[in-house]
Amino acid sequence: MDLALKDLGEYIADKLPEDVNGTTVILGELVVSVKAEGIARVMAFLRDDVNCRFKQLMDICGVDYPERIPRFEVVYNLLSLINNNRVRVKVETDEDTPVPTVTGVFSAADWWERETWDLFGIFFSGHTDLRRILTDYGFDGHPLRKDFPLTGYVEVRYDDELKRVVYEPVKLTQEFRSFDFLSPWEGVQGVLPGDEKAEDAEDENADGAVGEGDA
Amino acid sequence: MAETQIRNFNLNFGPQHPSAHGVLRMVLEMDGEIITRADPHIGLLHRGTEKLIEYKNYVQALPYFDRLDYVSPQNQEHAFALAVEKLLGLEVPPRGQYIRVLFAEIGRVLNHIFTVCAYAMDTGAMTPMLWMFEDRETLMEFCERASGARMHMNYFRPGGVSHDLTPELLDDIGTWAETFPKMIDDCETLLTENRIFKQRTVDIGVITADQCFDWGFTGPNLRSAGVPWDLRKSQPYDVYAKMDFDVVIAKHGDCYDRYLVRIQEMRQCLRIIKQCLEEMPGGRCKSDDRKISPPSRAEMKNSMEALIHHFKLYTEGYHVPAGETYTAVEAPKGEFGVYLVSDGTNKPYRCKIRAPGFAHLQAMDLLSNGHMLADVVANIGSLDIVFGEIDR
Repeated sequence: MDLALKDLGEYIADKLPEDVNGTTVILGELVVSVKAEGIARVMAFLRDDVNCRFKQLMDICGVDYPERIPRFEVVYNLLSLINNNRVRVKVETDEDTPVPTVTGVFSAADWWERETWDLFGIFFSGHTDLRRILTDYGFDGHPLRKDFPLTGYVEVRYDDELKRVVYEPVKLTQEFRSFDFLSPWEGVQGVLPGDEKAEDAEDENADGAVGEGDA
Repeated sequence: MAETQIRNFNLNFGPQHPSAHGVLRMVLEMDGEIITRADPHIGLLHRGTEKLIEYKNYVQALPYFDRLDYVSPQNQEHAFALAVEKLLGLEVPPRGQYIRVLFAEIGRVLNHIFTVCAYAMDTGAMTPMLWMFEDRETLMEFCERASGARMHMNYFRPGGVSHDLTPELLDDIGTWAETFPKMIDDCETLLTENRIFKQRTVDIGVITADQCFDWGFTGPNLRSAGVPWDLRKSQPYDVYAKMDFDVVIAKHGDCYDRYLVRIQEMRQCLRIIKQCLEEMPGGRCKSDDRKISPPSRAEMKNSMEALIHHFKLYTEGYHVPAGETYTAVEAPKGEFGVYLVSDGTNKPYRCKIRAPGFAHLQAMDLLSNGHMLADVVANIGSLDIVFGEIDR
């Protein structure tokens, strides 16, 4: 299965050398990373080519990696009923770069692109109706970005005096608690409380007079 | 004769309409009583499930899946459990697999009973709901006896199921499976050849196989257009490969065929349930990997190590190796997929939920265009829309 997928990946990369950045097989699933400009071309090829026949677009979603440049990944999951296999197409983009829409290739892409726009703020150029879909009318921000807080910014309630729903800044009765359960023996990324002094001291020793110091 | 200005009519359908199946708001543009455009507004039940899951560990993330499609919670738990198992490279013992398939099929019957009856209610038939819901209640009792909860079971876990079934429960499910076909027959006498029901559904909302592909249709809605595609057959998971059942299809892809497919699918579910009960092996119902599946209460009383494992699993949870997977199951409504990205910590980095209803509702404009207002109701009912999963 893996070998067949690998061959299929190589075949796709061969046929579309300008658009495909690379193909890998992760856990028995074929992943094709594609340049954003060529996405519609690649999708049309995957749908129509005799060896691919990925007739169904199952899903489009965004993934946010704030530390990467560009920070977003748009992931398309395709399914071929004829060959009974799946392929995952990935495109990288950031807040400002639009990704061409694939609604011309798959009608189903319409709402999923709207959803990705709504939740991540990834813009799809050529989409005719890029309204928000899941969040409230007039919502501000893109909630699935990693820098959007879990509690959000506004809360709503019905005001009995004004006889309407009012929007107010979020007030938490209890501070939001995020426990760091990562074991201190394996995975702490940040500096443990108290350790920053030790690191400063090391820096000063290493850099000598070049250190920034307090002045 | 003086020229009169004829204006199209905009109608707000829902969100508080009994046949909007929850919180669908649909803006209908109408020419007289003919629909010219249907624009569903969704998101009124958006709870930010995907965001919440990113802040919970894998054990805590599971109950959110019950609350997506609350008509058949088991099948969604199944998808998440399989996705996590794939990332962990975990084997499930045979008994665990059989129990999961058994309850996945019970979930399917739960869902189809609900859909068929609510659909009948939408099109003007009250009795199916009154008759069939008794069986739905029986099934929910089975769920309660297995897990302690009627609806939101939280029963399927990565590595198996949370705890074992009693032999009495299996016997009772067997007894029920003998009596239920009579109920399906009774329901069919009310609906299948019913003149009013057929007038409301035959040739309404016709969709062809090619349109189904284009719009991402899956499950009974795709099969009713004549495409024999079922993930339980084509990409079998757990013990579905050993099960003997038929994939039900219909030919015309209209509302009536979607109903017929669901009715026949219930009969196939019963076949699978019976096979599960007959072949149910003994042994463990969950993986014996101590770093994944928690120890039993009794064990904790005697073993220090078990106590430590229990504490660690219920505070920190387990760490899942970095990787990503798109795992899909044949949920009663269609392909329910989970795109899970792990960064090696105890929390999912990203968990995208592919809800079948999302794709189906999207095609509402295509299905309703040119039909009458009353047919919109039939269309919504036949597509099997539940807002828990669409709005997430």
